[in-house]
Amino acid sequence: MQFLIDNFPLLRSAFLTTLSLAVASGLFALVLGTILAGMRVSPAPTLRGLATFYVEVFRNTPLTVVFFFLFFGIVEIDLQFPSRFIAAVAALGLYTAAFVAEALRSGINAVPTGQAEAARAIGLDFGQSLRTVVLPQAFRTVVPPLGNVWIALAKNTSIAAGFAVTDLTAALQRLANVNADQILMVFFAIVLGYLVITLPSAWAFRAIETRVAIVR
Amino acid sequence: MSTSTVLFDLPGPRARRRQRIGTVLGGLLIAALVGLALWRLGINGQLDPARWAVLFDLRAGVPQALGEALLNTLEVAAVGMVAATLLGALLAAGRLSDHIWVRIPVTAIIEFFRAVPLLVLILFAFLFLPTVGVPMTAFRALAIGLTLYNMAVLAEIFRAGILSVDRGQREAAFALGMRKTQVMTLVLLPQAVRRMLPVLVAQLVVLLKDSSLGFIVGYLELLRQARALVEFFNFRFGDLYTFQLYVAAGLIYIVVNVLLSQLARYVEKRTARSAKTAATEQVEEPVDVQMGQGGGGVGAPR
Repeated sequence: MQFLIDNFPLLRSAFLTTLSLAVASGLFALVLGTILAGMRVSPAPTLRGLATFYVEVFRNTPLTVVFFFLFFGIVEIDLQFPSRFIAAVAALGLYTAAFVAEALRSGINAVPTGQAEAARAIGLDFGQSLRTVVLPQAFRTVVPPLGNVWIALAKNTSIAAGFAVTDLTAALQRLANVNADQILMVFFAIVLGYLVITLPSAWAFRAIETRVAIVR
Repeated sequence: MSTSTVLFDLPGPRARRRQRIGTVLGGLLIAALVGLALWRLGINGQLDPARWAVLFDLRAGVPQALGEALLNTLEVAAVGMVAATLLGALLAAGRLSDHIWVRIPVTAIIEFFRAVPLLVLILFAFLFLPTVGVPMTAFRALAIGLTLYNMAVLAEIFRAGILSVDRGQREAAFALGMRKTQVMTLVLLPQAVRRMLPVLVAQLVVLLKDSSLGFIVGYLELLRQARALVEFFNFRFGDLYTFQLYVAAGLIYIVVNVLLSQLARYVEKRTARSAKTAATEQVEEPVDVQMGQGGGGVGAPR
């Protein structure tokens, strides 16, 4: 126990890094994913094709490879992220956005046709009917899949440890190296850190789901 | 809902002209960006054919090294697949058990291993198990981590598959006087397996890709091998081949991924045609399966 108290500052900052990594890339992925989902149902064929291309590419590329390109690849075209943290957020966000877009698209498809027809019949144009009628209902039906995407994202942040971002997993490696006798305690603390993020998220999403679910 | 026809009218001549102009401008912009990137690469000398030739240079040993790394990846994945499938089936049976003293601990185990990142499990095997006297190699650590994580995910997949069989089948089997084990092995499993197969294959593919996490514990899989080669060449020739080797490793990954996704799609198509799954509901691919743990997901079968 003493050991955990001694290393509390390191653990706390590592936990906060993991949490902010997940939150920042989650928000980024939500915004980008919504835009992509909108593009996939848009009137312009070019936009549809572009969004489909994006989703297919990122779904078939391992996250580790995305990390590799953003950390070591773009240097070759003379670009660089201001910090490793931001590069990690970009990698996680770009990757997760593809899954958010897929979840939202399935939600849009689940909205009954009559809703969109009614919106068009009272004279709303494409943007208006998407924004005010279809998307609000779509978001409600995709709460459970989005929750799963968020939890998977929170676990995926651990990959960043392999690229010198000092998150929980990196703290695990560092503490385990210097405290070989306390190793079980280290694991306990780190796993607790992840559970503190994932379990309450699961409960929260279940609560939101029951609150906003549409009875049809 | 077929949004494409409901959400907007078919574009008229003016809208079509606008779209064409937009497409051309957007295309030019993207072409310019790609051109700019290629130009920068060229200025940095990365497009020099001599630099790429090393990838196919048998005497330098690069193709052999990469091939060996790919084999290493397949080897650890094979061990993980068999172990995770067996343990996952056991856990699923435990979670569906009628006895509460079996069900609750098994549920706790499944939920725990699903909630912890795979990388943490691999590190646990790699760093902790040696301290209690288990001899550990990078290979074993990777195999143990992959098994622990995937058995939990597979257990959930099996459970969902068995629950997707129509209730009437089970009730009819019991009405005929079958015992619990008979109902499971003769009626539920044969139908559930067909339904689960696509998701099962998808998860095994994810497992294969997740073995890329081995590069963190020093297992010589593809990424690690690329890094080792980079370090070796940097030592002898300076920073000549870094970019090329990483691109090669990345491309091999993507090619393997796409091929495996095609396999998953093929299995999905074949099982979808079979009339023997008529009494089951559609099982959706869970996000755990789609997003993977760093290895990346599988293109959705559609």
